Amino acid sequence: MIKSIYRIQAIFFKELMQLKRDKMTFAMVIMIPLVQLILFGYAINTNVRHIPVAVVDLSQSALSRVLVQTVAATQVVTFSEQFYDIESAHASLEQAKIRAVLIIPQDVSQRIARHASVGFGLPASSDEETSRPIAQWLVDGSDTMIAGAIKGLRSMPLAELLSKPSNRTTPTFEVTLLYNPEQRTAVNIVPGLVGIILTMTMIMFTSAAIVREREHGNMEMLITTPIRPIELMLGKIIPYIFIGLLQVSIILGLGYMLFSVPINGGLWALFCITLLFIAASLTLGLVISTIATNQLQSMQMTIFVLLPSILLSGFMFPYEGMPLIAQYIAEALPATHFMRLVRGVILRDVGFTDMLPDVYWLSLFTIAGLAIASLRFKKNLD
Amino acid sequence: MNTDATPDLVIQAKQLSRHFGELKAIDKLDLNIDKNRIYGFLGPNGCGKTTAIRMLTGLLKPTSGEIQVLGLSLPKDAEKLRLRMGYMTQKFSLYNDLTVKENLQFIAKIYGISGTAQKSRIDELLSIYGLNQKQQQLAASMSGGQRQRLALAAATLHKPDLLFLDEPTSAVDPENRREFWEQLFDLCDQGTSILVSTHYMDEAERCHKLAILEDGVKRADGTPEQLMNNIAAHVVEIEAEGLRHLKQQLVTLPDVVTAAQLGARLRVLIKNTVSDPIDFLVHHTDIKPNKFSIVRPSLEDVFITCTGSSRQ
Repeated sequence: MIKSIYRIQAIFFKELMQLKRDKMTFAMVIMIPLVQLILFGYAINTNVRHIPVAVVDLSQSALSRVLVQTVAATQVVTFSEQFYDIESAHASLEQAKIRAVLIIPQDVSQRIARHASVGFGLPASSDEETSRPIAQWLVDGSDTMIAGAIKGLRSMPLAELLSKPSNRTTPTFEVTLLYNPEQRTAVNIVPGLVGIILTMTMIMFTSAAIVREREHGNMEMLITTPIRPIELMLGKIIPYIFIGLLQVSIILGLGYMLFSVPINGGLWALFCITLLFIAASLTLGLVISTIATNQLQSMQMTIFVLLPSILLSGFMFPYEGMPLIAQYIAEALPATHFMRLVRGVILRDVGFTDMLPDVYWLSLFTIAGLAIASLRFKKNLD
Repeated sequence: MNTDATPDLVIQAKQLSRHFGELKAIDKLDLNIDKNRIYGFLGPNGCGKTTAIRMLTGLLKPTSGEIQVLGLSLPKDAEKLRLRMGYMTQKFSLYNDLTVKENLQFIAKIYGISGTAQKSRIDELLSIYGLNQKQQQLAASMSGGQRQRLALAAATLHKPDLLFLDEPTSAVDPENRREFWEQLFDLCDQGTSILVSTHYMDEAERCHKLAILEDGVKRADGTPEQLMNNIAAHVVEIEAEGLRHLKQQLVTLPDVVTAAQLGARLRVLIKNTVSDPIDFLVHHTDIKPNKFSIVRPSLEDVFITCTGSSRQ
């Protein structure tokens, strides 16, 4: 037993020493979370703003100019071009210089005058004269996010247009936004980024670390020594657990400083779930290392896991919005479970019992992974 | 389980075979290797030397046959064997990005050697193998000879009873090779049994005993002297003009094994089914008998005679 610990320790220190000498890898350990956090924290934004659009003003009246200004004031769109006929606006849309065109018809003044918001009360649904919209949007609908943002303008209030005090409108529902009342994307992205970066680095480092031994011929020497497969694996994994924790600290620390992402839950709970997720990712890396025969293969297999982890785990798109089959696939990924746990702890300070299903799943994954890797790792060259 | 294991034998293999699909890498190999001796595997590349060593170290499972190494039967007791054997792989298999000392410390820890025992053993090895000055140097930056000495130091760190060396000198200059063999004899003198594979004749000649392997089959074995005395051919050297032409002429004869030019002489191997080789040569060429001389066979002659069949 003591000899066993001694051997694990030998591998552990050797691994640290090699990591210390490998300046590039060491730099990436720090740079991956640092750069990606800053990049994604600022770049990923689901509140779409300043969409470049054009206007075709067929009425050329004072009223139409005020209408354009009112729309611009919402900041959803920016009027970057102006055309005098619909054809050239359409061409510009085709060239992707703009994403949408606002077409203001000649009779815009009459349309506004008859519009419900002017104060004549709601028109009868059969009255085609008074139920006409005042202008039209032509939208490049291929990007659903942009189309959605412009569709949001459909029923924008027009009270300002007529310099009338805005009426008190009574919404059907009252919406209270908990946990992220300012609707900042970073609050959702930063904790998720912990899961993505850990998935990437932990799986890649462990799989590459073992495959490298085989590629460089070190494995042939190692397997003639008394070391056991499980000792070799533990010795290889442990340094990366510390690296994983270091990366998490960088992401959450910077997330707090740069993006004011709060950590509402307990640090201990955060530490435990992170450790669990690191363990799950590392064992996945180990399993990959027993399949891959060179570092390129291990890299490809890492990406095979990484892409669904980014796209299906709920990091970018809500899990609930995916088709059932995709949800099943997502359930198999450790990142999905960690995404729920880490957002739960960081944003909602969720209770321990509520985390149990995901905790169980990650534990099971780790144990199964370790068992598969140990069984598959052979101490011979057959 | 090892009733028929003789105490003076460190390795015993019976009808050992290993097939990779259709290829018979090792075919029905019988081996009896004495304790405290240097035993050599001589053979061309791809003859199955490495496969044989991997089976004898427990790294590969034999397709059929029995192996007893140090009284342990393989592959069942492979783990027990690991503590008592050292293995120096063909390719340098220590860590290039660790220093000499770090590599040795790592190996020592793996074998559970710690504290002062570790320190004194490493210091001892550094001085035996002349690596004292290099101990802080990265393995990657060392010469072939230095790396090979480091590999030997690592393989013998835990003082194994049996040492396997797979083509240990393929990346080493003659000077270092000589020194390396002196170190092997030192180890042997201290009680280590050694199995070494090589494709160099001069190295094979240094072994106490050797086996000539070809296409996974043992063609001959014994001491170098035995092999040279029992050679199935006469060795005749011819000193004459027009050797290239003469060679072309001789190799077409069925009783001539090979002919090779050595400077101004042509060395001809003639099957020993021919009773009088000089008479045979005079009969087949127009050269005078005084130009022929029968010489002592070398190990290379033995090797060529044993392995020639597949080349013809």
